[in-house]
Parts: sequence; structure tokens; C-alpha cells
Amino acid sequence: MHDFVLATIGGALIGLAATLLMAAHGKVMGVSGIVSRLTPPIESEWGWRLSFVLGVVAAPVAFTAATQSSIPFTVTNNMPLLIAAGLIVGAGTVIGSGCTSGHGVCGLPRLSPRSFVATAIFMGVAMVTVFVVRHGLGG
Amino acid sequence: MMKHVSAFLIGLLFSLGLVISGMINPAKVLGFLDILGAWDASLAFVMAGAVAVNFMGHRLATRRPHPLFAGNFALPTRNDIDLPLVGGATLFGIGWGLVGFCPGPAIASLGAAPEQSIAFVVAMLVGMSITRLVQAGGLRRPSAS
Repeated sequence: MHDFVLATIGGALIGLAATLLMAAHGKVMGVSGIVSRLTPPIESEWGWRLSFVLGVVAAPVAFTAATQSSIPFTVTNNMPLLIAAGLIVGAGTVIGSGCTSGHGVCGLPRLSPRSFVATAIFMGVAMVTVFVVRHGLGG
Repeated sequence: MMKHVSAFLIGLLFSLGLVISGMINPAKVLGFLDILGAWDASLAFVMAGAVAVNFMGHRLATRRPHPLFAGNFALPTRNDIDLPLVGGATLFGIGWGLVGFCPGPAIASLGAAPEQSIAFVVAMLVGMSITRLVQAGGLRRPSAS
């Protein structure tokens, strides 16, 4: 199947998951919000959050077992860069109250002004960052 | 118990979407963000598909008196654009563009290539926790939540 078709189907499943979390649990499906609240200071309602996270980790395992094929995956092996990016993403998503799922998948459909601004900023800044890293530094 | 099974299955569905769409792959994400290079536009369809479905779904879901497993819908109410929103989104954008991981796919990749993603995920959790501890110390704690 064409990449665009797979991307649309995958996106639809992501949107459906967001709808179901609101319908069943009354929660915004923001992964940074769900995950960060499982770190100290841990919030009292941690049960459903942990269950959600376990489901997120289980899906690729189940997909690999069911299809007998590996999932395309490539990431830098530059350890200092991975750690720096992780710290920045962790701090940034908490300070900015959300990430791609919370602001993008959930906030845009809710027509939240904060989510429109946040999504435009993090997408734009990420594109500039990739440009600088790939093409701007003597590349 | 049903509440936990439900949350698990919803996480599973979300992550399956990340796998099928290719969003779980940082190299593909960087290809999407590289608009002035060899741009891979496919991931724009992930956001478009997700927003389209949830645009309708969110309205249907919140039309009911209350969620299936909770007393009320916990919907964000703020509409102000403040410095933390802008600064936090900027920081997140930098980190996302550096390696191609945002939080959802990073957690999901623990189930696909744990040895390649664990360092990022641990650093992300540390960044989240430190920031939340600072916020909790700097602000008066809400009396109940």
C-alpha cells in the first residue's frame, strides 16, 4: 500500500483512540501529560495512565509477532544527542502543556487557541532544527 | 478492572496507528520535518487523518452526559497564550527536530527497538519529572485535583 494510504489509516486509528479515551475516560489523549504524571510527583489517578502506557508499548510487540516482520526503525546512535534531546522534549512538553498528541490530535479538533499556537510553534521549530542540523552546519 | 482494560486497549490502538503510519520511525519523522530537503510528506496525512476522525469523534463523545468510566469530561479550559506555552513548545520543537522522537512514538518504540530508544525515554522521563518537581515547588499546590 502507498505510504500516504498507510499514513491516513494510521492517523485515523490515532484519532479514534483519542475519541475513545474521551468517551470512556473523559481524558485528553496527550501522551506527554499521561506519561509525565507517572513520574515524581506522581498523581493519584495513575492506574489508567499506566494501563494506557503498557498498551502503547505492547502494540509494536504484538504487531511484530502477528506479521512476522520487523517494524522499519532508524534513529541516531549518538548517545549524548539522544540524552540531550530526551531532556529537552521532557522539559518542553511539560512546560508547554502538551506534545503532538495532546495539542495536535486532541487540541486542534477542540479548536483550542493554545493548541493551535503550540502546534504551529513546535512543528515550525522542529522543521527549522532539522534544516539547521542537515543543511545549515557545513552540510 | 474494565477501566484498566479499556485504557490498555486504547493505548494499543493509538500505538498501532503509530506503527502502521510509520510515525514510530524517527528517520521517517525527520524526513517529514525536512521540508527543504528530500521531503517525505506522508506524515502530514497522519495528523490530517487523526484530526479529521477526532474532530467528529470528540463532538460525539462529549455529547453524552458523562464518560463511560468517569463522572465528568476533564477538558482544558484555558485559552490564554502565555510564555510557558510558547517557550515550552519551542523547546519541544528543538528536541523533536534533533532526533525525530516525540513522546508517543518514543514510548511506543520501547516495544519495537528498546535498545535504541531507552536512553531517550529515560532522559525524557527525567526531564519531565525535574520540570514537574520545580513547578510543584514554585507554585502553591492545588488543594485538590
